[in-house]
Amino acid sequence: MALKASDFRSDVHNDWCPACGDFGILSALQIALAELKLQPHQVVVFSGIGCSGKTPHFARVNGIHTLHGRAVPFATGAKLANPELEAIIMGGDGDGLGIGMGHFVSAGRRNIDMTYMIHDNGVYGLTKGQASPTLQLGLKTKGLPSPNIAAAVNPVALALAAGYTFVARGYSYDVRTLKELMKKAILHRGLALLDILQPCPTYNDINTKEWYSGEDRPDAKTGKPVPRYYLLEETGYDPVVHSLDESFAKIDQAMARSREWGDRIPVGVFYQNELIPTFEDRISQRIRDYTANPPARQLIGTDAGRSAIDLTRMFEDLRVS
Amino acid sequence: MVGGAQGSGVDSGANIFARACCYAGLYVFGNREYHSNIKGMHSYFQIRVAEKPVYCHRSYVDLLATFDAETLVRHRYEVERPGGIIFDPAYESVKIKEIPTLDREVADESTSRLKEKGYGTTVGELLEDAREDGIQTYPMPYMTLVKEIAEKIGEAPSKAARVTNVLVLGASFAILESDIDLLAKAIGAIFGAKPSIAEMNVLGARVAYDYANRNFGTGFGVKLEKVEPSGSRIFLMGNQAVALGKLAGGCRFQTYYPITPAADESEYLEANERLDLTAGEASLAKTTGSIVVVQTEDELAAINMATGAVLTGTRASTSTSGPGFSLMAEGLGWAGMNEAPVVITYYQRGAPATGLPTRHGQDDLRFAIHAAHGEFARIVLASGDIQECFYDAALAFNYAERFQMPVIHLLDKALANSSNTYPTFNTSNIKIERGELLDAGGLQKLLQRESEYKRFQLTESGISPRSPLGTPGAVFWNTGDEHDERGHIDENPTNRTKMMQKRMKKLELVEKEIPVSEKINFFGEQDTTPTVVSWGSPKGAVLEAKERLHAEGTEINLLQLRLIHPFPAADFSRLVKNAERIMDVEMNYSGQLAGIIREKTGILIDDLILKYNGRPMSSDEVYDAIANALAGKGPRRQVLTCGA
Repeated sequence: MALKASDFRSDVHNDWCPACGDFGILSALQIALAELKLQPHQVVVFSGIGCSGKTPHFARVNGIHTLHGRAVPFATGAKLANPELEAIIMGGDGDGLGIGMGHFVSAGRRNIDMTYMIHDNGVYGLTKGQASPTLQLGLKTKGLPSPNIAAAVNPVALALAAGYTFVARGYSYDVRTLKELMKKAILHRGLALLDILQPCPTYNDINTKEWYSGEDRPDAKTGKPVPRYYLLEETGYDPVVHSLDESFAKIDQAMARSREWGDRIPVGVFYQNELIPTFEDRISQRIRDYTANPPARQLIGTDAGRSAIDLTRMFEDLRVS
Repeated sequence: MVGGAQGSGVDSGANIFARACCYAGLYVFGNREYHSNIKGMHSYFQIRVAEKPVYCHRSYVDLLATFDAETLVRHRYEVERPGGIIFDPAYESVKIKEIPTLDREVADESTSRLKEKGYGTTVGELLEDAREDGIQTYPMPYMTLVKEIAEKIGEAPSKAARVTNVLVLGASFAILESDIDLLAKAIGAIFGAKPSIAEMNVLGARVAYDYANRNFGTGFGVKLEKVEPSGSRIFLMGNQAVALGKLAGGCRFQTYYPITPAADESEYLEANERLDLTAGEASLAKTTGSIVVVQTEDELAAINMATGAVLTGTRASTSTSGPGFSLMAEGLGWAGMNEAPVVITYYQRGAPATGLPTRHGQDDLRFAIHAAHGEFARIVLASGDIQECFYDAALAFNYAERFQMPVIHLLDKALANSSNTYPTFNTSNIKIERGELLDAGGLQKLLQRESEYKRFQLTESGISPRSPLGTPGAVFWNTGDEHDERGHIDENPTNRTKMMQKRMKKLELVEKEIPVSEKINFFGEQDTTPTVVSWGSPKGAVLEAKERLHAEGTEINLLQLRLIHPFPAADFSRLVKNAERIMDVEMNYSGQLAGIIREKTGILIDDLILKYNGRPMSSDEVYDAIANALAGKGPRRQVLTCGA
């Protein structure tokens, strides 16, 4: 039975601030899941802590709201135990790039077939507006007593360096582009990062919806605002690695684009490489039927409720009489 | 005892010797001690053999085989008359104070003992003193023998030097008047995959055996005689037993971050990741078994990955020691809050901080019981020997799934790294009990009764139906926040009270449903007899002390706690309340179990027998301490100090 986006809504009251960028992300997710014809039981949304952490409660799919910075390992464990699951991680920028940075990087080394979406708004909203790891150096958002003296981390560049095989950026108020990016990220075979720029109307008074839409800089001729973001695909940019020998060149090109910020912010797919084996492929090299008979599908007991394992071979190695 | 620098083959030499003794039909216990170092620092392996089962080491050594001068200095005073020492005469000129890896405490003590007796301070004089004490000394010129072997196989001495560690084994077998073929068989088993290396080692052992027979003659006070072994036996280490128990218990996903002494278990699992299934079972005929082992980026990932796997209905665990468990505290709390049946195997070592990374301790009982903020239900299960490690490792998964809570299987370095002979373990009687886990059919049935699936449904027992992620027909939510029955955030005070009660009352169920035979091992007849209470690895030493006391006409009981949390207060009190005296034996400073007993039962322990020097308890020191306590001699709190 084909489901509509509204079928992926839960009945839980949504307590995000009015006009929060998270709403766009949630809508895009619900549309993407419907358009991909996924069933709720197949999908698991893992989240960390913060406003983004509440996302799973608002979606009618499996929702695992974990610890601060730890959504990646929870998702990794579930996905490796049952590779049939569609594992989607929804984390904040502080969650994934601050307290969870170690997991963010390590996930790239494994390249598990999962999707990691970062709600990137430059602030810690739920604790009242402290600087997050993606807030640019020198900015003083509303909640800060003085300008930020730490430099920003670049999630796109970091993901490229860490080995993510799909790296993209979306914008939460461009839901149509965002849901298409989500679909691509979910369909990608390997670990996908989708960095989602998202205004925080309450605490980030610099990177606002108006700022992203360029309302402060109207076009000289038409008088219409010129948005600060642009779509990579409209510039003829090709993110896809078609053969392994062009991997480095494609990473370099994506790195160069990842440095663009301020008045020209790229949105779209920076890099995609499906030629790198997934972690599941690598496990299958050792355990041949791993994907057909993963840990979650195995019979561990006999019909009589006894251990299904025969340890004779191992006991033989240890046997002394 | 075999000792030498790390990297010089102490471990493999000792394992060959131990196996050869096993082939002689004897029971073997091995105790392995090593520094936190890759190469060069001192390590030793103590092997005890007997015609009946042995479960601990002794304080003294019969035969000391040394790979370097340092071993001689460190262990000379453990050798008791009529013992012997095998050494290279090249060590004799070594000045004790100039051995760079010898700690000053040992060098000072050794030289001052020699000076008191009018000796100088070389290793040669240390040996002279040993001879005066009636100890046999067996000089073996290792390099000369290596050259002889090199000539025989037509290789350079540098290659033949790889067999140096088996020279002492060959010599030992001559001195102990045992069958050299047993040693050859053990070498074959250890180097089975590399026949040319095996052959060279066998030659080395035989050359040394012949040399010793020619030069040392017979008459050593101890002999190693063959007996007929009864039944099929295995010789294994504690961390192998845990790994095997996990496989038998259905564990199919294991995570770990490298840490001593836990990592060996995970590596053993990975080396055996493809499993055989029980033959003759129709349901298993067309399927396979395997375990996925993941080395994680840290222990935070290790616990949380295992918990993630558990949500899919997989039996999953992680293994660590104290420093890793400290990092896991947060994840443990989440598992408790979400009633996730994850198993944590916790090998304690000397603590706090990095502590004694390769040494033994039982410092973390309180920590295992209380780690993580807040109150939630968990089970802490402690095994006392390697066989228990196996069966408890399997049992832990049943507990976790039946009661839907994290289970900490609390072990220690002594159990992890000691080795022992046992009758081959029986897997056919290991039960798989999954509690309220729903398969797809079970979920459909539930959905005929209920309007929706609720992961945290309030039930009379407190246990809710548990559907794995990915089951058609249902979705569920988990959260570290307080939640309602569906798993959504809920801060309502009435809900909070109900949910706290739901989770915590499961501990009462644990106490009620786990049989006393799984909670407590009680060794004794009369409940009025003076009773030792203990937990974990001291079990072997206490049992042997009990046997020796019994031979002298003195009775004691041993109450060994296995289920420590929730504490089996009623069963415990019933077994000890009439005891004339209660003595607590454990490997920490403060007597943590004694404190817990007082907290949970009001029973005050009469005597504390403690040890915290990083070395496991020997039966001799435990025997002495218990005898002192029974005689009312010495302090109420005795601290044991044996071990090098």
